Amino acid sequence: MDLFEYQGKQYFARYDIPVSRGNVAVTVDEAVAAADAAGYPVVVKAQVQVGGRGKAGGIKLANDAAEVRTHAGNILGMDIKGHVVKRVWVENASDIAEEYYASFTLDRGAKKHLLMLSKEGGVEIEEVAATNPAAILMLHIDPVDGLNAAAAMKAAIDAKIPEKAQQGVADILVKLYRCFVEGDCDLAEINPLILKPTGEVHALDAKVSLDANADFRHPEWEEFKATEELDAREKLAREKGLQYIGLEGTVGIIANGAGLAMSTLDVVNQVGGTAANFLDIGGGANADLMAGALEVINSDKAVKSIFINIFGGITRGEEVAKGIVEALGRVDLRAPIVIRLDGTNAEEGREILKNAGIPESKLTSKPTMLEAAEAAVALAK
Amino acid sequence: MAIFVDQNTKVIVQGLTGGQGKYHGLRNKAYGTQVVAGVTPGKGGTDVEGIPVYNSVAEAVGATGATASFVTVPPKAASAAILEAAAAGITFIVCITEGIPAQDEARTYNTLVRDYPKVRLLGPNCPGIISPGKCNIGITAGEIAELPSAKGPNVGIVSRSGTLTYQALYELKQRGIGVSTCVGIGGDPVPGTSFIDCLREFQADPETHAIIMIGEIGGSAEEEAAEFIKANVTKPMSAYIAGVTAPAGKKMGHAGAIVSGGKGTAQGKMDALRAAGVKVGQNPTEAGSLMAEIVAGLK
Repeated sequence: MDLFEYQGKQYFARYDIPVSRGNVAVTVDEAVAAADAAGYPVVVKAQVQVGGRGKAGGIKLANDAAEVRTHAGNILGMDIKGHVVKRVWVENASDIAEEYYASFTLDRGAKKHLLMLSKEGGVEIEEVAATNPAAILMLHIDPVDGLNAAAAMKAAIDAKIPEKAQQGVADILVKLYRCFVEGDCDLAEINPLILKPTGEVHALDAKVSLDANADFRHPEWEEFKATEELDAREKLAREKGLQYIGLEGTVGIIANGAGLAMSTLDVVNQVGGTAANFLDIGGGANADLMAGALEVINSDKAVKSIFINIFGGITRGEEVAKGIVEALGRVDLRAPIVIRLDGTNAEEGREILKNAGIPESKLTSKPTMLEAAEAAVALAK
Repeated sequence: MAIFVDQNTKVIVQGLTGGQGKYHGLRNKAYGTQVVAGVTPGKGGTDVEGIPVYNSVAEAVGATGATASFVTVPPKAASAAILEAAAAGITFIVCITEGIPAQDEARTYNTLVRDYPKVRLLGPNCPGIISPGKCNIGITAGEIAELPSAKGPNVGIVSRSGTLTYQALYELKQRGIGVSTCVGIGGDPVPGTSFIDCLREFQADPETHAIIMIGEIGGSAEEEAAEFIKANVTKPMSAYIAGVTAPAGKKMGHAGAIVSGGKGTAQGKMDALRAAGVKVGQNPTEAGSLMAEIVAGLK
């Protein structure tokens, strides 16, 4: 789950990472109240999960209430690369002497935590990585050892952070690491991490991605979930407990298992079609799940055909078939189904489908993944 | 021969009294696996259809001499269960639990590496391992695995994805090609066993004559495997990578993008494997057909 900047800053504040005084606002009046409380001058920042906000006019400096009114009025409702701005973050403006970069993530290859620290922050870090990789310190941290104050200080020195900022950077690294580990982040990133003319080091931005698997031990994440930006199809799928990602194509996909679902997308693409979604129905493809999945797919007006790709391992073919028949009784589908049912008891399953009295215009069965994909794509054209 | 597990492997099930543990534990036993005990704290002294249950792994190991464990406990308890098994002398741990926090996985893996270097963890979030006709630990339906033939050639399977592992087994069964061992390593961020670990074992196993590898997008495990194959694997291989058309991952921000450094796309992985001499199919069926050609050439 990706957090908005203001949520990331609120999350950082829980771990004593210094952030600017400010508040979030959904109306112009709230923005002015937030600015009054934060103290002028303030920065009004669009809260969208996409890069390039500044260039799009989504970040503005305001010296008084009238300017806040103007900028907040312009930014709220603005469309930034397809993301409509629903909230602004209004914070006390900081004077900046220098800009650095710091992040923690998990390096899957090394199976260790990875600190990236650079004295060249404030710009896209990919650009620094491409043009001047030596400017980024990459340090692996054993999750069993963690990161102590001495190691953080050494990292600041090795990254050639100027001496006057080393202690402040090291302090923040220790706190950010705690936030990353105890806060169950996939990513905790500060860009820019600034040095003020007065000597303090401070997080001017926050990019935080949380590990959904750790949800059970973070009741404080509830408020973040409320603001998650999902399209209508994704919302419906989540309510039904399905793994769903909306796409732009015309063939609706239902498969059991993430790998098979991905593979199904590939095969549809190979035979000249486009997938409308990724949907993993999981291990137990029973009638309730199948009905839920069909409802979600049915809510997508772009869908012209539905490809159900089930491989029975533990899930037995006849159970899947019964589930589909029952689901068809509950959901009135706009698009025809092509099914490929393979694996354990697939024969029995196909027999059930054949004898269920469903007209062929609504459901056809194909013996292999490729043939089923071809049939589904033909129906979608 | 087979890799990691065979007919002599004695297995305990941590979580045998739970719904999943009971279902799969009994299925594994019915397949012929030596499932010798279950472990559930507080339920010691009871039994599940004749399989004795102990309060701790140490007690179960002491009573049965088991060396392998099948961990099927909820995400909150899985890390502790894995470490308990390692401390009790289990050397092969299969964890099918889905949904363990990444931070827990990272800490558990590195604790095993440091304190129990002889222990192998398979998973978490994997379908398990089957050496057909000998031993099945996990959730694979044994009947879709073709038995290895005495004169060969037999194929080893290693896969990152659950259902595609079954698909690979099925493709070989359809063609009557025997399987030495099929390992599902799981798709979580910190898998205990990597492609390379399995490839090394398959290369050394005299009963394995060719290898199928099933990968997917994300990370760089397939690229690392390709490097290993180039230098160390002489047995012929076919492969499939899922996710050519999958949408770009939304999960990671800038930091992730740099770590992968252009690695992680299906195309990049397929290119790396081809460059290592692996025959790469566009879908699982094609990977199966390519393997059938390889096997025909070995006969």
